[in-house]
Amino acid sequence: MKSHLISAGDLSRDDALLILDTAEELARVSERSIKKLPTLRGRTVVNLFFEDSTRTRISFEAAAKRLSADVINFSAKGSSVSKGESLKDTALTLEAMGADAVVIRHPASGAPHRLATWVRGSVVNAGDGTHEHPTQALLDAFSMRRRLGRLEGLKVAVVGDVLHSRVARSNVLLLHTLGAEVTLVAPPTLLPVSVETWPCQVSYDLDAVLPKSDVVMMLRVQLERMNAAYFPSAREYSRRYGLDRDRFARLHDDAIVMHPGPMNRGMEISAEVADSRRSTVTEQVANGVTVRMAVLYLLLGGSEPAIGGAE
Amino acid sequence: MSDARNQARAVLEGPDIHRALTRIAHEILERTKGAQSVVLLGIPTRGATLARRIAERIAQFEGVKVPVGAIDITMYRDDLRMRPARPLGRTELPAEGVDGRTVVLVDDVLYSGRTVRAALDALNDVGRPRAVQLATLVDRGHRELPIRADYVGKNLPTSKTEKVKVFLEETDGRDAVVLIREDAARDTQHSGDSKEDAR
Repeated sequence: MKSHLISAGDLSRDDALLILDTAEELARVSERSIKKLPTLRGRTVVNLFFEDSTRTRISFEAAAKRLSADVINFSAKGSSVSKGESLKDTALTLEAMGADAVVIRHPASGAPHRLATWVRGSVVNAGDGTHEHPTQALLDAFSMRRRLGRLEGLKVAVVGDVLHSRVARSNVLLLHTLGAEVTLVAPPTLLPVSVETWPCQVSYDLDAVLPKSDVVMMLRVQLERMNAAYFPSAREYSRRYGLDRDRFARLHDDAIVMHPGPMNRGMEISAEVADSRRSTVTEQVANGVTVRMAVLYLLLGGSEPAIGGAE
Repeated sequence: MSDARNQARAVLEGPDIHRALTRIAHEILERTKGAQSVVLLGIPTRGATLARRIAERIAQFEGVKVPVGAIDITMYRDDLRMRPARPLGRTELPAEGVDGRTVVLVDDVLYSGRTVRAALDALNDVGRPRAVQLATLVDRGHRELPIRADYVGKNLPTSKTEKVKVFLEETDGRDAVVLIREDAARDTQHSGDSKEDAR
């Protein structure tokens, strides 16, 4: 039996809570002087990154190392082989190396799903195209629960480039599972076609949503994925959908501001807001390591995985 | 439940557990010359409860406030790969830490000794105690490692086919140590103490 973490939608409520609770205990390990556990000794985790990433790759690497796993970083950037073939060839190489888990980031949506049919180990999706990024959603939920003490009934606004955002999709699925109410806020051009089938509300008006929100999650405007004019100008986008000082002042006193990073300061979020005490941006990075430790532990720590969909 | 399967027998009742913990508290005070620089660390879940109870008694007898905590050993087990990944228990170290102190590990049942070995490894990662001692409510024998308890509530001769289950007021609503025969044990496995099942 094997198990993967490819979509946040694969996680049941119990799975998701088990990951968050495990992360809560593991967070204490990060506070002590010896931040290492022997749990995954002798297991091999391969980081397979076909796309640029700083925090996610480093975060997975730190998580695996803190659990004493052997880490192999496989940066496939610049490969000239056609996409489908190279992925399968790579998969066969990983098989030969005896990878117990493959953490994959790929520009094509669905690549981790495909990979899962070729390798024996667990596949963890670290972001595939505009599809999903489940561990980001888990660390976001973890950060919210740590700051606000609960997830059930929380009102979460996810603001910005939903169309190109795997973070938004994973967050909507996971937060819905955990009982939070998500509202997507974006210009109509930056919402996916089938958004009405997602388990969330949709609004085009940030100013109407802000005062009712407990969490405001700003998404990065993904200029590198934009090959058409989705909005008239950066300045106009920023004025209608950017979180600046005035809008920040309209949030209620306990509300928090999140951003998955990397930030375009001055575009979707002003520097002042990003650096305020109610912003969780740096906490999210620290929590990322703990949550990924929990995921790796629960997938690899026993005779069989404790979470996720079996395949 | 039929009579043949209903072979659970209480070997310690509430007052017996009470007396055993009182004696252990006195013995700790005696052996450590007043429990100065002692830290009690319980192994979750029931060991942690027992550690708190022992600390209460020490405070009551001699007015010494002994730091109490819990140390989870799940990530240090030697049988992790034999079962699905388990949920973690809570590790709570007293603010004073363990460096240079006498740590008394507290567990409910001492059996193979593997839990205690894992606890020693876990302890090694959080500091360097001056000495480590072991207190257990029940020692049921069948050691698989060279480990011995310093403070024992009750020595309980058992067969390997039996199970020992500890119930405590705080987690289970009553105090009792129950010995369960194998055929009956199978029925209670789901509700049972997972630490026992793991052995």
